[in-house]
Amino acid sequence: MLKLSLTQWIGAGVFFAAVFVVAPVTIAVLGRTDLFYTLTSVGLLAIASAGVWLTFYIGRINIGQGAFALLGAYVSAILVTKAGMSFWISLPIAGLFAAFVAVLIGLPILRLKGVYFAMITLVLTQVFTLTALALPITNGAKGITSIPLPGELSVLGLTLIPDFATLDNPRQAFYYTTAVLMVLTFAAMYRLVNSRLGHLCRSMQQNEELASSIGVNIAYIRIVIYAIASFFGGVGGAMFGSIAQSVYPSSFQVADSVNFMLNCFLGGLGYVFGPMLGTFVLYFGWDLLFEFGKYQMLIYSSVLIFLILVLPNGLLSLRLSKKRGQDK
Amino acid sequence: MSALLEINHVTKKFGGLTANNDITFSVHENEILSVIGPNGAGKSTLFKMISSFLPTTNGEVLFKGERISNLRPHIVARKGIVRTFQETTIFKSMTVRESIIVAQHLRAKASLAGYFWGTKTAHEDVESFGHYADDLIEFLGMSEIAGEQASNLPQGNLRALGIAIGLATDPKVLLLDEPFAGMNHDETMSMVDLVRKVRDEREVTVLLVEHDMSAVMKISDRIVVLNFGEMIAEGTPLEIQNDERVIEAYLGSADDEIGI
Repeated sequence: MLKLSLTQWIGAGVFFAAVFVVAPVTIAVLGRTDLFYTLTSVGLLAIASAGVWLTFYIGRINIGQGAFALLGAYVSAILVTKAGMSFWISLPIAGLFAAFVAVLIGLPILRLKGVYFAMITLVLTQVFTLTALALPITNGAKGITSIPLPGELSVLGLTLIPDFATLDNPRQAFYYTTAVLMVLTFAAMYRLVNSRLGHLCRSMQQNEELASSIGVNIAYIRIVIYAIASFFGGVGGAMFGSIAQSVYPSSFQVADSVNFMLNCFLGGLGYVFGPMLGTFVLYFGWDLLFEFGKYQMLIYSSVLIFLILVLPNGLLSLRLSKKRGQDK
Repeated sequence: MSALLEINHVTKKFGGLTANNDITFSVHENEILSVIGPNGAGKSTLFKMISSFLPTTNGEVLFKGERISNLRPHIVARKGIVRTFQETTIFKSMTVRESIIVAQHLRAKASLAGYFWGTKTAHEDVESFGHYADDLIEFLGMSEIAGEQASNLPQGNLRALGIAIGLATDPKVLLLDEPFAGMNHDETMSMVDLVRKVRDEREVTVLLVEHDMSAVMKISDRIVVLNFGEMIAEGTPLEIQNDERVIEAYLGSADDEIGI
């Protein structure tokens, strides 16, 4: 069940080569180091979108991932600037804290389904933004600025990651860090979806009553999945804060939450790697349309509507439709 | 015979409406007991209370002397009391075999994290799920449709799939929700055989809620009759057939339905 086929090995090989060799070499040849920043953003947004995809997998429309990304960004920023903690320790803490908050929020709201859950999550981002504006520890509208770059990470005197401030090109270092995080995220997602937990998620997505009648503790699994989803949001947000070296209440807004959801739709809700492809296409699609000036939004949204009409199962359904049955 | 399932003075009120009033009967080990009654008699409400899909207003349901009412459905399922649904409640985009594998959740020995990391217990589980599913598919005579997606199956097969999903949990008591509804004579007869076979060979006690009198008379060891939320009779099919209150309730029901 979990053994990879030859095609899957080749696919993974091509993917790794593209991420770790082709992209950096191309950027070096072109001399466009700004592309590192762009690709890093895509990677981080894909990690946060992966969380949204996971909540879709239990049949919940999540338009609130921006809230947890914002939370993660603030937790990491506060720990680094005020407690002097290493960024590398603050990163998992940011994710875990987002997961913890997700459990508290999820307990009441995950009982809701469909449009009711979606509406509540839509409000969450706004609530978190307003909270960040109001609290003293987040420094209100001024935000937290001048966050130092990630320091050295060493275990037993062995340097695993060098101090980013000493590097010639910290953007490239962020790119590699993000690439590794993204690979880990999607490997974990793939494993989860193809393990028993994934099967139970599918059963709940299709019929919660029937799932509970066969002994599945649906409330527990909903919470676990929402916590994992928000963990991804927190980690993605924390990385963003560190790259931008600043966090503001407006760092993640309702529009970002909507984009996370769109990434999943565009890539395909039936495919684990859907959010990654969706994020890539949406991000670059938007940039490519830049030259159309004031018509950018019009063209962008028309294309989106068209794509969702023509490919309701997402972009990946184009390639995978014929072997969809086998994948599951 | 000992009482496996006891329904003790169970009452359900929805606001001012009393759906079930002080219902008391028990289900013995390895019997097939049917709850029948005209439309609106409170059969479905009682069924939901027994499986904890609805809380009781008063009274309790006991399984081997232990209260199982007013819990959560998955906890009742864990104790071995598993309900089926009518045909629309299935895992639509799973195949028959996949549905049966997922439904073996209660037989899993490894933790969910164990499956993620791929521990030895998890691998053993996965293998055992497969064997159990194949056995059950053969037992139910569903080999030909094992690879079919549930949403493509005709109604008769869906009913059987519902029972297969329930059986996959290895239950002690199976609660069937109108297993004969909308079936023609032949389909009803094969369903009667199937339910009997489940009871005889899997040693499962069956409690079913049903509208179809002829099927119920054939299949049941005992019958409980509800009318307007009250229990009006309890006995063997023969006793029920000759019970005046039952005859009255059923003959009178045609007028009532038009009136309502």
